[in-house]
Amino acid sequence: MRDGLTQLIIISIYLSLLLCLGVFASRLFRGTKKDYLLASHSIGPFLLLMSLFGTTMTAFALVGSSGEAFTEGIGVYGMLASSSGIIHSLCFFLIGVKLWSLGRKYGYTTQIQYFRDRLDSDFIGILLFPILVGLVIPYLLIGVMAGGTVVQTMTAGAFPNLEAFSDPSPARHGGVPPWLGSLAICTVVLVYVFFGGMRGTAWANAFQTLVFMVLGLVTFVVIAQTLGQQNSMLENLKTVTSKVPFEKVTREHMSQTKFFTYLLVPLSVGMFPHLFQHWLTAKSANSFKVPVVCHPIFIMIVWVPCVLIGIWATTLKLPPTITPNAVLPFLVKSQTGPVLAGLLTAGILAAIMSSLDSQFLCLGTIFSNDIVGHYIGHERLSDRQSVWLARTFIVLVVVVTYGLSLMGYKSVFAMGVWCFSGFASLFPLIVAALYWKRLTAWGAYACVLTAIGCWLYLFRDSEFGANGEYAVMLGKYEVMPVVVIFFSSLVAMVVVSLVTPTPSQETLARHFD
Amino acid sequence: MKNVIWALVIILLIIHQDNWFTNDTLIFGFMPIGLMWHVGISLCAAFVWYLATVFAWPHELEYDDNPGTEEGD
Repeated sequence: MRDGLTQLIIISIYLSLLLCLGVFASRLFRGTKKDYLLASHSIGPFLLLMSLFGTTMTAFALVGSSGEAFTEGIGVYGMLASSSGIIHSLCFFLIGVKLWSLGRKYGYTTQIQYFRDRLDSDFIGILLFPILVGLVIPYLLIGVMAGGTVVQTMTAGAFPNLEAFSDPSPARHGGVPPWLGSLAICTVVLVYVFFGGMRGTAWANAFQTLVFMVLGLVTFVVIAQTLGQQNSMLENLKTVTSKVPFEKVTREHMSQTKFFTYLLVPLSVGMFPHLFQHWLTAKSANSFKVPVVCHPIFIMIVWVPCVLIGIWATTLKLPPTITPNAVLPFLVKSQTGPVLAGLLTAGILAAIMSSLDSQFLCLGTIFSNDIVGHYIGHERLSDRQSVWLARTFIVLVVVVTYGLSLMGYKSVFAMGVWCFSGFASLFPLIVAALYWKRLTAWGAYACVLTAIGCWLYLFRDSEFGANGEYAVMLGKYEVMPVVVIFFSSLVAMVVVSLVTPTPSQETLARHFD
Repeated sequence: MKNVIWALVIILLIIHQDNWFTNDTLIFGFMPIGLMWHVGISLCAAFVWYLATVFAWPHELEYDDNPGTEEGD
């Protein structure tokens, strides 16, 4: 069989399985808006863990981590993985549980609903809406574009004589072109989200999280055996790692202040609108206990093998033009057989799609709930109309995202960091809303406008994310842009809140008593 | 007990920044010591969060108006 064709068949079978899961999920759908958007608050600890973890781990975790370890060395694990293990759980514990409780009590579906109620302000919704959508779209693009690239790399050689499948790079020639791979991924995710809603998304996330965790470990073992050529796994690991250059097994050339300020990046999960929606699906506050405890361990299980594979790649002769994003797909293709390569591609796609689904659903929910529903009046829409409204917007979001994905490609890692930095800079707002009575609507406006103003300025300064090494110099210290944005928005929020009138006593009583 | 748990979280964040583990020693012959140190931090984080769920859980936030079978459980 031609090179790449086996992988294409396996990928097609995997995507078909997901379509079947979508049909199965549609049978579980209870027909109500609450069930479509929040799974009727029925998600228990295991499904909550799998859906939260699957949603936070995207192409960034597999393709981005191995590529960045290839470039920067093992420091990438401390920079994002172990810090996320501490901080993500902190956000679930301090923010997730409390928002879940308020959401259950007052019937919120989205972040914007919560902020409108907490701040007695309709305008905060109008202000946050374009910003949240604008930050989620690049996050979606990371997945859609990485998926298309991975499929093309892994199926290279399948159709070498087809004009549409030709590519100047031999490593990609004859593979499914990115526009077609991305289209297939978007279509499959759209089908199971469209029919299954949040319940279908939660089940698909659980299935896909298991797939990418297991196949990630299998990749690690197989690549170690292929590169090591020894009789035991331990000997393989020793042989392969002993060849890695000094700067890749240490953090020698990584700026300490940059490493330190990366701690702010994982705070982004506190403001992810798609995680907010997942939090509200929990059946009880106790459902959060398993995700809080297991999240750091799950991150470790996924990231350690990817980081080691990334540093092992530095010992190989790779094509001189290889980009960091292509390191893992290239290794899988060159170091394993076609069947395993196909399965591992399915694993990478699982990680990507388990994030895309929640984000598509979340944006559809924001459009239908916070814009159309809010201004038409929720009471004027039946459950059936609300569900179809959400579905219509989900289709629109998928079409727009796919269209944007055809326009270009940047580093998964750099794009991810900018996207996370934007959400992290809004973190002071959610913490203040939950724990600071003195927060005012004007303080919130100042926080959001300062955050987005600083973000846009620095993003432009970094050549729109093209400069992957971009950092801000504070005196002689090199820090991540998120530091400047985070503290600017925090100061603006506190100062403006202190000089403007607080929300009504009635509102404060609802949220704090 | 809550204060002890917050102190442990802060200690974790401080040792997360340790720089000494610029050392290229390979634990078990294959695991860079810096990476091993942070695998330890990940495991410690899970343990600290376990303590938080046992000793500092916000039970007052529990809310249940829909008793029934849990999805997936």
